[in-house]
Amino acid sequence: MSARIGVVTFPGSLDDRDAARAVRLAGGEPVALWHDDAALAGVDAVFLPGGFSYGDSLRCGAIARFSQVMDTVKAAAAQGMPVLGVCNGFQVLCESHLLPGALVRNAHLRYRNRPARLRVETSRTAWTRLYQPGAEVVFPAKHGEGRYVADEAVLDELEADGRVVFRYLDNPNGSMRDIAGVTNEAGNVVGLMPHPEHAVDELTGPSDDGLGVVASVLAHLTGAADTSGVSR
Amino acid sequence: MSHLNVAVDTVGVADATPDEKQPWAELGLKEDEYQRIREILGRRPTQSELAMYSIMWSEHCSYKSSKVHLRQFGEKNPKTPRLLAGIGENAGVIAIDENIAVTFKVESHNHPSYVEPKQGAATGVGGIIRDIIAMGARPIAVMDSLRFGAIDHPDTARVLPGVVDGVGHYGNCVGLPNIGGETYFDPCYQGNPLVNALSVGVMPRSRLQSMQASGVGNTVILLGAKTGRDGIGGVSVLASATFSESGEDDARPSVQVGDPFTEKLLIEVCLELFDAGLVVGVQDLGGAGLTCALSETAAAGDGGMHVDLELVPLRAKGMEPQDILASESQERMLLIVDPAKAEEVLARSRRWGLLATEIGTVTDTGRLVIDFHGQTVVDVPPKSLADEGPVYHRPIAEPNDLQLIAVDRAETLPRPTSDEEIRQTVLDMAASPNLCDKSWITEQYDSSVFGNTVLGTPHDAGVVRLDETTGVGIAISLDGNGRFARLDPYVGAQLSLAEAYRNVAVTGATPIAISDCLNFGSPEDPHVMWQFERAVTGIADGCQKLDIPVTGGNVSFYNQTGRDAIHPTPVIGVLGVIGDVRRRIPLGLGKTGDTIALIGETREELSGSEWASVKHGHLGGVPPIVDLDHEMKLAELMSRLAETEQLAAAHDLSEGGLAQTLVEAICHSGLGAQILLPEGADPFTYLFSESSGRVLVVIPRGQELAVRTACEQRALPITPLGVTDANTDGLHLRDHFDIGRAELEASWKGRIGAQLGE
Repeated sequence: MSARIGVVTFPGSLDDRDAARAVRLAGGEPVALWHDDAALAGVDAVFLPGGFSYGDSLRCGAIARFSQVMDTVKAAAAQGMPVLGVCNGFQVLCESHLLPGALVRNAHLRYRNRPARLRVETSRTAWTRLYQPGAEVVFPAKHGEGRYVADEAVLDELEADGRVVFRYLDNPNGSMRDIAGVTNEAGNVVGLMPHPEHAVDELTGPSDDGLGVVASVLAHLTGAADTSGVSR
Repeated sequence: MSHLNVAVDTVGVADATPDEKQPWAELGLKEDEYQRIREILGRRPTQSELAMYSIMWSEHCSYKSSKVHLRQFGEKNPKTPRLLAGIGENAGVIAIDENIAVTFKVESHNHPSYVEPKQGAATGVGGIIRDIIAMGARPIAVMDSLRFGAIDHPDTARVLPGVVDGVGHYGNCVGLPNIGGETYFDPCYQGNPLVNALSVGVMPRSRLQSMQASGVGNTVILLGAKTGRDGIGGVSVLASATFSESGEDDARPSVQVGDPFTEKLLIEVCLELFDAGLVVGVQDLGGAGLTCALSETAAAGDGGMHVDLELVPLRAKGMEPQDILASESQERMLLIVDPAKAEEVLARSRRWGLLATEIGTVTDTGRLVIDFHGQTVVDVPPKSLADEGPVYHRPIAEPNDLQLIAVDRAETLPRPTSDEEIRQTVLDMAASPNLCDKSWITEQYDSSVFGNTVLGTPHDAGVVRLDETTGVGIAISLDGNGRFARLDPYVGAQLSLAEAYRNVAVTGATPIAISDCLNFGSPEDPHVMWQFERAVTGIADGCQKLDIPVTGGNVSFYNQTGRDAIHPTPVIGVLGVIGDVRRRIPLGLGKTGDTIALIGETREELSGSEWASVKHGHLGGVPPIVDLDHEMKLAELMSRLAETEQLAAAHDLSEGGLAQTLVEAICHSGLGAQILLPEGADPFTYLFSESSGRVLVVIPRGQELAVRTACEQRALPITPLGVTDANTDGLHLRDHFDIGRAELEASWKGRIGAQLGE
């Protein structure tokens, strides 16, 4: 049985179908989850997709944080369930305090869509364990509010703990220390702005580098079953 | 109860006060039109009725000046079993295979985008998306065709960033990839920028929806946003009149404000309702709001309709019935639903957080009756609003300067002669506003959401996968050329048609249908009407020849300020089908050692060209020859070569000629090109002529003979020009000059941002 990966649809989610496709292509079973339903339907991991949940009212991700499903996701994440947030999903994770820092308006003040070259800084997370540390990948980055900011102390701590997961090689938005993605202390929750689910084949994306993100969590889940522990 | 205290102009009041003075002229109606309304009703119209007739009989809604010419499309359209719904529907529907159909349409939002660039452009995108939903399809992509005044004019710095922000914000938030389009600059669009948006959607053929309000007793449901005061008078005042020269008229309240988040919910709710079989009829609310949706659904149905207007959810206080009827508040749809299923419709809408309200019932009275707090404010035959508006045979006159322009040929202008001058011209042209890299604009658009975009900007056409299993997909290109149409509207329109057709073919797809957006000056000017008639005839004749139907489109008149009209600018969207998107032909140069060749014939055709415009500010002469037989053979060849996978890359030649095509292929591919012009060819003419019907192809090693034979079998001239070479830095034009990649890119890239101060 392949692992079941839940993909949450909030009103205004846009990349939910694409996240489900990436799960399928990597060999997982996508399961649709609904924002207003606390049930996680027995999934093994959760993917919060990109989009404009609740119309980005107030702040990106600020309303989604209070949704029914996020209450359950927060509780499950605390128990070690792997959770990935991409773009708006990353914003939701920061607003939910599952990840430190915040995503603010791009330094150049525009929405910009470009393939982003990234360095995978660590393989010690549930979502990157199949990558070589230091590997270069290309995912599309497309957002208006993607500049990662945090206190210097928080940034220092992230660096010291090896919790910067992805770093931009050509910083497209003014993110502090070129940070594109981070993880929590346990390494099960990862958020990033660029879109691995839009880099699943060379026909429709700039690369197929993104498949490794879902493949990593599938490997992690299999490994977790074997060792009944988090892989780090 | 406050409404009851206001003196509402009811049908009863109208009967009792036949001589009441009414503001028909202020609402844009002519005296004879007002008299006809009185004849239809047998009394004076109420305020609400007057508002409805003024809207529905406006140029924008009634096509009263264009109708007599647009008939040609229907008359000349080739018969094809692919056409499931055509002109007159919200959008044309084309069968792709036995299961899937596609619907697409291009529409203008020119006037609002000048008044309020961001919201004007955003709601243009929103409007065309709702047309696609109304056919039963899931919108899957958008495209935009934009025209602005001179790039260095101060007002362009106001209009362009706003329009791009609007197109991008709306499309990005509603979750549709922008797969291509065009951006042009010309002083003739200074006071009248053109914002044409295209959307395309896909559906199972069985989900095709109807706009008919049929079935007596069925419930009328208004879905989506609340109704406010925005956009009142949008179509009758804004889109159906000329901007005054003083520029003093403040039309901003007439522009609607868009909310793409609500639109996204509308898409999901409508599709869910269609799939569950809960909808009898559906119509989007766009220009003319409820007035248009109610009268069109009632007119298309088999009876009448009764509406209680006070049930419409409002976001502004004190709105009178005529305001509610005229409001162009965005993100609304009208549904006709079996009353037994109404509760489920409301429940499913609620689940998505979308407002849905029962506002009326389908009747068999043959009348559209609208009550407001129990008092009848409208009682009209719906067909008189929707179908029986005025039809004008506007005077037509050939412009007086036509002969003078024709003899003022660009072929006689001074040209660069030395290699150094020609080399500099290549760079200057690459840096010119219409030819330079547009990524400052296109990077503001999402292109990959849905994960089905196979080719997007800057390829010749957008290619989208429809089915992941079979790989079947579509290609679309959107093209216009106002300069050619100014020189000769018939030929100019056909050149745009030919270019869009060729752009689709170049990707390996087979063109199957078109949608058109006809942007012109004032129909009250006989010279403009002449241009319009010629352009429509050109498109209709062209489509007949190419054997692809016109499926619908849009007319935008009054694009003029004072007496200065824009160049006649028909913009053509061509849709093609490709059996397997994995075989699409991209832009580029293939691999090192591949052969670069030119298919088609290069004549000395410089009139109306980008070169004449950039280097001489010149527009005169006659446009290039258009040969649709040749285009058909070329398209068939490209489709065949895609199927047999015998081309590594291809690129259409258009504005800027061969030189620009090479610049783009080199910049896009990262490879160099060694080019040797044919013996005896004049380098300048060969590089900058804009002869139609030409494609640059890149042939993988070992396929040269097969491709040459395929061309010869179709009597298509093919000329080898050189090879792709990874070791060549940029462009090497043997015996003439070299231009390194760095210098090419420095000219071509970054121009738009630099011009806007970034």
